[in-house]
Amino acid sequence: MPTVEAPIRARLGGPLKLAIPRGALWGETLDALDAIAVDTSRMRGESRSLIFSSDGLTLVTMRPSDVPTYVEAGAADLGITGKDILMEQTDRIVYEILDLAYGGCKMVLAGREDDESLGESERRLGGMRIATKYPRIAERYFEETGRQAEVIEVKGSVELAPLVGLADGIVDLVATGRTLKENGLEIREEIATSTARLVANRVSHKLRAAEVDDLVERLRRAKGGSG
Amino acid sequence: MIHPIPPGTRDILSDEMRELRELQATLIEVFERYGYGQVATPTLEYDDVLQRGEGRSRVGAYRFFDERGELLALRSDMTIPIARLVATRFADAELPLRFSYVGNAYRVVRPQRAQVRQFMHAGIELIGSDAPDGTAEVLEVLSVALDSVGLSRAVLGLGDADLYRQLLTELGVEDAARDRILDRLADHDLVGLEAEVETIEALDDRARETLLRLPGMRGGAEILKEAHQLGGAAVKRATQRLQATYDALVERGVAGRVQLDLSLLRDLGYYTGAIVEIYDPALGHILGGGGRYDELLARFGRPLPAAGFGLYLERVHLAQMEEERLAREET
Repeated sequence: MPTVEAPIRARLGGPLKLAIPRGALWGETLDALDAIAVDTSRMRGESRSLIFSSDGLTLVTMRPSDVPTYVEAGAADLGITGKDILMEQTDRIVYEILDLAYGGCKMVLAGREDDESLGESERRLGGMRIATKYPRIAERYFEETGRQAEVIEVKGSVELAPLVGLADGIVDLVATGRTLKENGLEIREEIATSTARLVANRVSHKLRAAEVDDLVERLRRAKGGSG
Repeated sequence: MIHPIPPGTRDILSDEMRELRELQATLIEVFERYGYGQVATPTLEYDDVLQRGEGRSRVGAYRFFDERGELLALRSDMTIPIARLVATRFADAELPLRFSYVGNAYRVVRPQRAQVRQFMHAGIELIGSDAPDGTAEVLEVLSVALDSVGLSRAVLGLGDADLYRQLLTELGVEDAARDRILDRLADHDLVGLEAEVETIEALDDRARETLLRLPGMRGGAEILKEAHQLGGAAVKRATQRLQATYDALVERGVAGRVQLDLSLLRDLGYYTGAIVEIYDPALGHILGGGGRYDELLARFGRPLPAAGFGLYLERVHLAQMEEERLAREET
């Protein structure tokens, strides 16, 4: 075999940047990092910093829904976010490389308990009115199941919408179902399940392959060990 | 008065235009030096002519009716128009044919995603020259072109578009299951790939391992050996094709910047055999891509092997700027 010339000179600067989701996945994400010996004690403190350096990684904290944006642009090499976010932002081009298995929840269609307005609207109005923070998942779901729905995007507590008559039902992410229950709502259909995922920038996945694979392998082993 | 322009388009002012012009001139000079004469084709084509080239493509084009009711489309890349040009106007020409181009192409995008509807594309097409030599020639020109515009750190990812198609056929995975697996790969969804592979009962453990390990393999020539050990005729053929291309690149002195990558599967419908993605460490987006399209010309009635690449000029310009900035910071 012919000899190979000098190795690839490519060198993206500095430690790998990992985007970390604040919010519902925050605690378990920090636990997962602890499990691979990345110290997260400063992040658990009162600090208002957004960026932390720890054990060879730069940890960048942000809303889960911003993670694909930063990773696609290469502002972070890797990121952790929910599958629900990735399903909603399918046009973001990132490598989805590992199911981290925590943060499990379901995307559901829910309506008011003992209330038939979902069915009635479908029958008498030709379609349901659905409030959601996930308009694209909702639209895709109704399209795939051959039904028509008017999807209304809301930003805040989506449970409110059917209670005051903005919508007949909601499409939302449910972990324990407690919020639904407290608001007199019940699950009617399950659309998909979601867990935390590790995603990678398209260029970092190639030019920093060894470092990326090493981190993936550590996370995979830690996941196997705790599960 | 503010008069808007459509999202995903932009005005280019003098300073940027000057730099882009310089960039274009440098690239064209390299292309011409290697015998790739510049051609230009219309921005507008008949939709059915472009469709003929696209196959199972996922690129959205802008289409509209002209004053006679003909369905027209804005070209979404330059390769298909050049295939049309070759079949139509160079039917009896001596081979191989070498062409270069610089021009705008148009794709449907979702706005607010930092994506553009109109982008400047520059590249070459080599028609009538087989793998591996034709592929190696195209990549040598690409490598020289990248150096000439100051991107000496840029890397060429080299994969094989037929690897998974042939592997799935060999494993007896067909129809919907096959499409789902190819879609997961084209979407870079390795978690989804694993889930799909799990659902196919006909696969034994060895086949599953092969399907799941190949997309993680990227690096130097050693990965071809590793892949080969996974076994199977399709993997063997693909690694032999890649090895032959790699050897030809070593001879041309280009192999040092090549990363072999078995995860590559470009989402354009016409690629066969070698596929290429272009990266620069200063930029998070790919700078362009290319590869072989040995079946495209046949769709226009002229069965000829072919290969080429296209660079997104605006991204190349951005990478130049980033590289200059990094160089300044280092001194």
